[in-house]
Amino acid sequence: MRSVSTCLTALVLGSALFLAGCERPPPAADQIGYRGTSMGSVTNPRTLEMREAANRPPEAQPAADPTGPRASTIYQNVQVLGDLSEGEFIRLMASMTEWMAPPDQSCGYCHNLENMADESKYQFRVARQMLVMTRSLNTDWKSHVGETGVTCYTCHRGNPQPQATFKLDPGPRGAGGFTASRQGQNFAARSVGSTSLPNDPFTQLLAYAGEIRVNTPTALAAGNPRTIQDAELTYSLMIHMSEGLGVNCTFCHNSQNFGAWNGPPQRATAFHGIRMVRDINTRHVQPLAAILPPERLGPEGDNAKVFCATCHQAQPKPMGGAPMLRDYPELGAPRPAP
Amino acid sequence: MAMLSFEAKYRVRGGTLVGGDLFDFWVGPFYVGFFGVTTIFFTFLGTGLIFWGASLGDTWNIWKINIAPPDLKYGLGFAPLAEGGLWQLITICAIGAFASWALRQVEISRKLGMGLHIPVAFSFAIFAYVSLVVIRPLLMGAWGHGFPYGIFSHLDWVSNVGYQYLHFHYNPAHMIAVTFFFTTTLALSLHGALVLSATNPPKGEAVKTPEHENAFFRDIIGYSIGTIGIHRLGLFLALSAVFWSAVCIVISGPFWTLGWPEWWNWWLELPIWR
Repeated sequence: MRSVSTCLTALVLGSALFLAGCERPPPAADQIGYRGTSMGSVTNPRTLEMREAANRPPEAQPAADPTGPRASTIYQNVQVLGDLSEGEFIRLMASMTEWMAPPDQSCGYCHNLENMADESKYQFRVARQMLVMTRSLNTDWKSHVGETGVTCYTCHRGNPQPQATFKLDPGPRGAGGFTASRQGQNFAARSVGSTSLPNDPFTQLLAYAGEIRVNTPTALAAGNPRTIQDAELTYSLMIHMSEGLGVNCTFCHNSQNFGAWNGPPQRATAFHGIRMVRDINTRHVQPLAAILPPERLGPEGDNAKVFCATCHQAQPKPMGGAPMLRDYPELGAPRPAP
Repeated sequence: MAMLSFEAKYRVRGGTLVGGDLFDFWVGPFYVGFFGVTTIFFTFLGTGLIFWGASLGDTWNIWKINIAPPDLKYGLGFAPLAEGGLWQLITICAIGAFASWALRQVEISRKLGMGLHIPVAFSFAIFAYVSLVVIRPLLMGAWGHGFPYGIFSHLDWVSNVGYQYLHFHYNPAHMIAVTFFFTTTLALSLHGALVLSATNPPKGEAVKTPEHENAFFRDIIGYSIGTIGIHRLGLFLALSAVFWSAVCIVISGPFWTLGWPEWWNWWLELPIWR
């Protein structure tokens, strides 16, 4: 009798502990594609609400008068935003302060307050490159950002540096021989969903144009040069995309054939997103490492680069798809003066 | 079909659960009973519905026939027959047939004065099926979460459900279930090999006894679980495998919506080292 009650107690305690790490039913689910294929998402509505509340864009500044002389004719050394009216220019500068500058430094975070045109602060030069990038994203990368567009806030969220980024992380030094490298595995990195997969699929696949596709298009094909390490790197990147967007694999893929393009259209958006992130990192972000102070650099001397989570922050659309460009058309393609 | 000479004395009336003497007879080697009749009823009705469902599809290719559950929008209600209603009826028939079969096992066991280990064991298999098509859909709020009836289609379903949690091998109950499945095959192979080795001595020697079997295992690992014990262990291992399989799918969705790898963050976040 005693052993029965011991067993029961263990069972109840065990189940309680097991479920303590879990969520409660019912989840929310949506279906994409034919019934019974289990394509679509399974989510926790309470988590979604929390993320929605934590990811709201700040209220836009009141729109500025687009008429009048251009900023380039009024201020000195305006290389990127010269096509804006004075009102638009001042409004954007004020918004950028609100979006990124530490409150105690305000304009002085980027500008020499004695001479606003002075380029001596590295923040000034970084901001200029970032403005080039933002305009490029809103014009050249509509395949990913659509008409929603991006502003500085999409990544920065009130911080001088975006919070979700990656730098080279060699991890603890290994010994020699077989243990010299662990391929970045078993670090339980949050950026790759706490898996044992390589903790840095980003450098190869998002900062350089490494090949992501690893499977052959035919069954039992000989001569596939891709290795298991390649496959693990790809899986790791995919886990990051899932975690970064707060979605599961079936958001983009029918797992019956990951490589097939007959699945959800989100995969096409993601395809362009990967190319966009590579463009951001190679053309706009990595070249800045040369002008950054040491405290902005990682242990390997590289600067923080972007990945999917930088903008998405665990949402399928950053800030729930709130239209960013609508209130700040100044960050889109240069427009003719009215 | 001929009856073995000793079989007649075990064919006794009584021990039925319902219906008294009704259907309490044998047809050839088969005991009928009330639950034999319900088994036949649900089996033929369910199979007929499967043929109906297949005829509504676009293929008679045995691998590709697919009778899918309703769209999620029907929730826990009935769906039109051609849009998942057939799946619902087939599910009812399947559960009816499986449960009837288990109850027929109970009746036969009672007639023979045996324990109910066989129906109990078979109930675990039924539980696993019911977990997939009833318990989990109920917890998730729609019959559409059941798996489709079709050879390829149910495999696609399994694959997609697995990838909805990013990496199913990190599901703790899946880990336990897989371990029990492998351990079951290990125990069965050790047991089979041991019995065959004891009963197949070199030519001219007598067949060995369980004492030899015990001695072998005591010599090699210091312990023998014994003749009854190995069967208790085998049943425990096999039923545990099935039970934890059911658990691993019931918790995926109702009790966890994220990737299974990050479920293990509870370990990383233990207050002693976080």
